[in-house]
Formats: sequence, C-alpha cells, structure tokens
Amino acid sequence: MRSGYTHTKAVLYLLLAAVAFVCLVPFYSMLITSTHANSEIASKLLLWPGTELANNYNRLVGSVNIWRGFANTVFISVTATILNVYFAALAGFGFSKYRFRYRNFLFLFVLGTMMIPGQLGIIGFYKVMSMLQLTDTYWPLLLQSLYNAFGIFLMRQFADASIPDEIIESGRIDGCGEWRIFHRIVLPLMGPAIATLAIFSFIGKWNDFLTPMIILFDNDKQTLPVMIASVKSAFSSDFGAQYVGIAISVIPLLVFFAFMSKQIISGVAAGAVKG
Amino acid sequence: MNTKINKSFYGYIFIAPFFIGFLLIGLAPILYTFYLSLTKWDGFSDPVYVGAANYTRLIHDSFFFQTIGSTLIIWVMSIVPQILLALGLALILNERFIRGKHFFRAVFYFPHIVTPVTLGVLFSLMFDWQTGSINKVLMNIGLVNDPVNWFNNPWWSRIIVAGVICWQYFGFNLIIFIAGLQGISKEVYEAAEVDGATKPVIIRRIILPLLRPVMLFTFITSVIGGLQLFDAPLMLGDGPGNATRTMIMYLYETAFKNFDYSYGSAVAYGIFVVVMFFTAVTTLATRTKE
Repeated sequence: MRSGYTHTKAVLYLLLAAVAFVCLVPFYSMLITSTHANSEIASKLLLWPGTELANNYNRLVGSVNIWRGFANTVFISVTATILNVYFAALAGFGFSKYRFRYRNFLFLFVLGTMMIPGQLGIIGFYKVMSMLQLTDTYWPLLLQSLYNAFGIFLMRQFADASIPDEIIESGRIDGCGEWRIFHRIVLPLMGPAIATLAIFSFIGKWNDFLTPMIILFDNDKQTLPVMIASVKSAFSSDFGAQYVGIAISVIPLLVFFAFMSKQIISGVAAGAVKG
Repeated sequence: MNTKINKSFYGYIFIAPFFIGFLLIGLAPILYTFYLSLTKWDGFSDPVYVGAANYTRLIHDSFFFQTIGSTLIIWVMSIVPQILLALGLALILNERFIRGKHFFRAVFYFPHIVTPVTLGVLFSLMFDWQTGSINKVLMNIGLVNDPVNWFNNPWWSRIIVAGVICWQYFGFNLIIFIAGLQGISKEVYEAAEVDGATKPVIIRRIILPLLRPVMLFTFITSVIGGLQLFDAPLMLGDGPGNATRTMIMYLYETAFKNFDYSYGSAVAYGIFVVVMFFTAVTTLATRTKE
C-alpha cells in the first residue's frame, strides 16, 4: 500500500515535469538558437549557448528599429492601461452606487457588447478613423480603451462587494462632491480590482496586433508585435536575427511574469469564477 | 429628496464615457462596415451601392467555406486535448500532497501571456523543415531519417497550428479549472472518503458533475475565441491549399491585402453569422443535457 502510494506520486510528478518541460523548452531553444550563426542553425541540433549573439543582434537592429517598436509598445500599453482602468473604475462605481433609471438595462447592454466579435467592425473602424484623419496616430489605439465591458463588470463586482455605501455617505456629509468622492475615497479603495484589470489590460494591449497593423503606416510608429511579424518576412532566411527578434519580445514578458505570476494567476482565477 | 435625484444623475455621467466610446469606436464602425458590405468600394473613389451583390458572392465563395471548415477543424483539434490536459493537470495539482503547486501553475500558464505573433514566428522557425529544431531532434533520436516537410502537408500544418493553440491556452483553462475545484467544499470529499469511495469514483461521481458549470463556461467562451483565431495562424501561414487559413485571416487578406474593402465587409458579417450560429448551437447543446 505504502509503495503503491509513492509510485503514484512519482508518476504524477513525472507527468507534471514533462508538461512543464514542453512549456519551457521552446523558449530555451529560442534563447540558445539566437546565439548561433545561421550556418550552425541550419546544420545541427543546438543545445548550448554559442557566441554569435552580437552579430545576429547587429544584423537585426541594422534594418529594423526594434527598440523603437519596444518603446512605442510600452507607451501605448501604459497609456491605454491607465485610461482603461480609470474609465472602467468610474463606470463600475457609477453602476454600483447610483440608483438611476434604466440602470439594469444599461448594465446588461454593457455586458452584451462583450458578445460582439472584435473583428466585426474592423474595416469600418479603419474607414471611420481615416475619415477623422486619425490613421497613423495612436489615438485609435488609445480610444479603444474607453470602452471595456469586462473591466466595468469587474469593477462593479468589486464595488458592490467591498465598498460600503456608508463611506460614500460620510464623504457627502463631509462636503465632498461626487467627483471628489470617486477620486479621493473610491479609487484608492479599488486597489486590488485595479491591479487585476491593469495586468490584463496591459498584456492585452502589449500583444495587440491587428489594429496597430492596419492603423499605423509609419515604421517608426509601429508596435513590437507588428515589427516581429515584419522581421519574419524581411529576414526570411536569416534565422539568427529572427530568433533575436522574438527573444526581445519574450524576455520582458518573462521578467514581468516572474515578478507578477501570483497576482496574474489569482486575477485569472478570480475573473473566471465571477464570470 | 431633491439632492438624492441630483446625486443619481452622476451615475449617468460616470457611465457616459463607455457609451460614447462604444458608439464612436464600436457601434459606428460596425454599422459602417454593414453599409460598405452593400457597396462596391476600392478605397479611393466613393462607394457605389450594389445591394446584396457582395453577399451573393459570399455564399458562392468556396474559399470562404473552406476557411469555415479549416477554422472548425483547427478549433476541435485544439480544444479537445486542451480541456483534457487542463482537467487532468488541475486534478493532480488539486491533490494535497503535491508540492510546488505555484511553480507548476506558473510554468503552465506562462505561454498564455506571450504575444501570439511571437509564438507563431517561434513555432514556424522550430518546424521549418530544413533548419528547424524539431526535425533536428527527431533525426538525432532516430525517429526519422530525412527531415519532415511539415508545412507541405495539410494535416501536419493543421496539427501544428492546433498544437500551438492548445499549448498556449491549456494553462489558462487549467487555472480556471483549479479555481472551480477549489470552489467545491472540502466536506464533500471528506464525506465521500469516509464512505470508502476510491479516488476514481470520487472524480467521476462527485468532482466532474460539480465542475460541469465551469467546463461549460470554458467551452462556450472557447467557441467565440477559437473561431476568431488570427495572430498565431497568420505567422504559420495559409498552409498547402489554404489548409490552415482561418476565417479572420481570410477577412484580413481580402480587405487589407487585396484592398477589397466592400467584399471584406461582407466576409466580416459572414463570420459574425457563423460565430453566432456556433455559439447558439453550443449553448443549446449543453443546455438540453442539463
């Protein structure tokens, strides 16, 4: 009985380790391959680091301004996340604490917008943005953060559960206006929900591909995912440079995840259970 | 009383940005896309109204129907192993005696946050038939003598695309399943153990039925997401005979590579109908079993 138990345990650990290996090995291979010359990449299986990283990197940055794309993506992701979180918190608070007419209907409407497939209006979006002369600017990418049904849902759930009406009432008695109540009392209390939404909003924007690809024309304005896609076609036979490009795209996420994995995972779990 | 009414008016102000944003950036483009689908427009001159011509073309477009088929095949081939893997691993990680739970969860979840475009490029490099590491490994351990030309074979191409999607999403489903498992109260297990139920019986008779709502949620959301696959498959290419061209890839190619915006708009509405249809079918199919 005892040894059977240890056997099962060993098999289960082996299984977990095998899946973990499959999850990580492509990234290991990516890092290793990025340090080898193309002739080596083409001819043999690479398991250990090589010495060609600098050459691969120089060929890549010689024709693609990848750090510019990196900076652009940081700027867009951070700005969009701030807008997204702020307006989602504002609307979530509005839905949670004010009893206005048609509130439930409007909230259902917000949830209903989540059912619309994202790409349905993409051609019209491009056309409307070019009529407003906003193509090749970051405005379309940032304006999208104004409406985020999932964020409003998350913020309302949090406000319903964790922000007592008494705090708002006492703010009013102290003579705070409604905006001041939101900024000074409610927003700080929404910290945990803001952190969860900010993480998802940031990752979503960081990985966004189709919208920047069709809205932005100037290569210097382009985002990292679009640059990675163009590296693939521009360096079709230069594998070393391609591997360096994707490594530059993955490593920041890896570092970010190493520090934030607990928050990210509990955020996913919380979002799913409430949804 | 008067102040009460004034205060509740602020509710409208606070939710207004969402509705303004939705009308301008969400709804207006959707309606404009519908208008474009009824026109002939090359992107330069003014759109010319042509009625339902684009939709007539759409229902006779064998390329469009092929992309529906390919998308469904890729979706089914990725969702089945995805759910089984996520469920199995969630059950293991839910066991009390397993150590390093957080480490395993983090490793399994990591592929989900990596940029899909990057993953597409990474896997297209790894499966490259002349230089990719997969062929090198297979040849080194002696499984194959000559490199396999993966992307020359429609089924290998689909398996690779589905594999990448599965690899990317099983960790997400795993986290959701673990959350669902933790929602089941400890007393239920303990009562079953006291009654002498074995582990397989507990899983089959207690855990799986209680986990059903969570699994349905995952399944239905994955229909909506899975039918809109785009970034990673685009990087892996159309495949031989367009075997791995998804619906959204077709939309993108029609509108933004061939600049046929008006027909692309009709394709967008065609995709919308297909997604709604399969969402409804899944919802109904899972409801009748309740």
